[in-house]
Amino acid sequence: MGELVRRYGTFMTAIMVCMTAFWLLILVVLPNIVMFESSFRLYLPVSDVGGPKDVYTLQNYLTFSESPIHINIFFLTVLYSSLVTAICFVLSYPLAYFLAKVVRPSNAPTLFLMLLIPLWVSEILRSFAWFIILSFQGPLNAILQGAGLIHDPIRWMSGFHAVIIGLVYTYVLFMLFPIYNAIQSLDTNQIEASQDLGASLWQTHTRVVIPHSKPGIASGCVMVFMLCAGSVIVPSTLASTSSRWFTEIIQQWFFEGLDWNEGSAYAFLLLVLCIIFVSLVMRFLNVRLVDIAK
Amino acid sequence: MKSFAFGSFIIRFYVLIFLAFMLLPLIVMGGAGLNDTKFPSIYPWVGFTGRWFQDLWSDEKMWEAMRNTVFVAFAVVVIAVPIGTAAAILINGVTPKARSILYGFMVAPILTPGAVIGISTLLFWNKFSVSAGLHLSILGQVSFIAAYVMLLVLARLQSFDYGLEEAALDLGASHAQVMRRILIPHLYPAIGAGALIAFFQSVENFNITLFTRGNSQTLTVYVGSKIRSGITPTINALALILISITVLSAVLYEIVRRRKQRQLDRLVIADD
Repeated sequence: MGELVRRYGTFMTAIMVCMTAFWLLILVVLPNIVMFESSFRLYLPVSDVGGPKDVYTLQNYLTFSESPIHINIFFLTVLYSSLVTAICFVLSYPLAYFLAKVVRPSNAPTLFLMLLIPLWVSEILRSFAWFIILSFQGPLNAILQGAGLIHDPIRWMSGFHAVIIGLVYTYVLFMLFPIYNAIQSLDTNQIEASQDLGASLWQTHTRVVIPHSKPGIASGCVMVFMLCAGSVIVPSTLASTSSRWFTEIIQQWFFEGLDWNEGSAYAFLLLVLCIIFVSLVMRFLNVRLVDIAK
Repeated sequence: MKSFAFGSFIIRFYVLIFLAFMLLPLIVMGGAGLNDTKFPSIYPWVGFTGRWFQDLWSDEKMWEAMRNTVFVAFAVVVIAVPIGTAAAILINGVTPKARSILYGFMVAPILTPGAVIGISTLLFWNKFSVSAGLHLSILGQVSFIAAYVMLLVLARLQSFDYGLEEAALDLGASHAQVMRRILIPHLYPAIGAGALIAFFQSVENFNITLFTRGNSQTLTVYVGSKIRSGITPTINALALILISITVLSAVLYEIVRRRKQRQLDRLVIADD
């Protein structure tokens, strides 16, 4: 801190401290504390606020634990978010390796540009695209029927198929780019050395490339899982009544139940879920937060 | 050697499939904006029409949503870029222990679901009787977009030579001059990239905006409500416009890049 004052003077250092404090306190920390606090209060009519009924209680969390439907939806959200994360990893890893080490360096930027196009088109339109493709009388069923692969059209948007496809499509690039960055920083000589020493393709990857790209893998997994579990738009576009998502319950409390306190409790559960996932990934892959967020 | 060629063929084929998986849905969605059917689809192809563009053009709500989106995005850039830059300079000048704690708080918003950020922002300002509206959407979006700016600027700071500042101070430059003439110009590329990312992240944002917007609409919320209420190919027309803009800028960027690359190659040859 003293170093900063010496370089930029007291005044400018103070301004920088104020701006950072405004961000971290007013925009990040305090809102989360308020949300946490609200989740222990009851939703009361205005006349009762501050009255004898306005006490701290676990009621909002009990509502969750006493609702088998909500618990079920919570665990299905965790399950399918993990599944999507795994699928994204399997799809991204070979491509990331190809882009980082196989493709001619002069062609890589063109490929990247093509991959970036869907990323610039907003999330909501990306899931809407699959809404059209997967609709009952849509192009996918038409192609599959035309090719004679299926006899009757498939109802894609029942159960979780459509949600999984939509989530993978929408978030797979958040897995690809961190892994690409990590693999790119690996010295190609190490790969050649392992091949010269007789390692199989599998061994080269499991013993050399993957250990080196762990920070990228961790970063991709954390991002994709968080985006999936917290996704509002993909499930609400592609899910059916038989496949509801946890964020839809949160929305229900806010916009239909108008019970913001209950909604905060559910939102807090979602936040805890993401924190647990980040800690698990950090422990299993043995990386630090600094490595994940780069 | 033969197996190597085979493996190389497999991976190239896979890359092709992956690109198709990423790009074909966009073509299907855009194409449906030109098809003369009530429900957006490219199959069966009924006929070419421009009426969905006319519908879109005359939709006053869409224009309002567009204005709101641009307003919010500019506001987010104006707030998030200075905050992110200041935070990066600050974190680079504190002790390692303080640095790792601050870093944790700064990247946390990136790893937080948008719905949580939106809800916490809404509740916090509600305590001070600030009702929901675009101003809260701006603040909510800044809380995580500033983190992206901070990361970009922090990366750029690693290549900064602090000796330059020392030299300027020794030569009698004021603190303001050191900041304005030496540090900030070095950070320009990161600040520019940060502003671009901030703008597009804000335009794209749905989750935070959904909870904080009150009664105002942004483009993503407008599209979201259209998808839920009654789907007509006007959304596809909008999508086609957005995709065309994206592809055009991508192609332009690629042309400029190749031209620069050729010039660079020529220079190298001339050097030889």
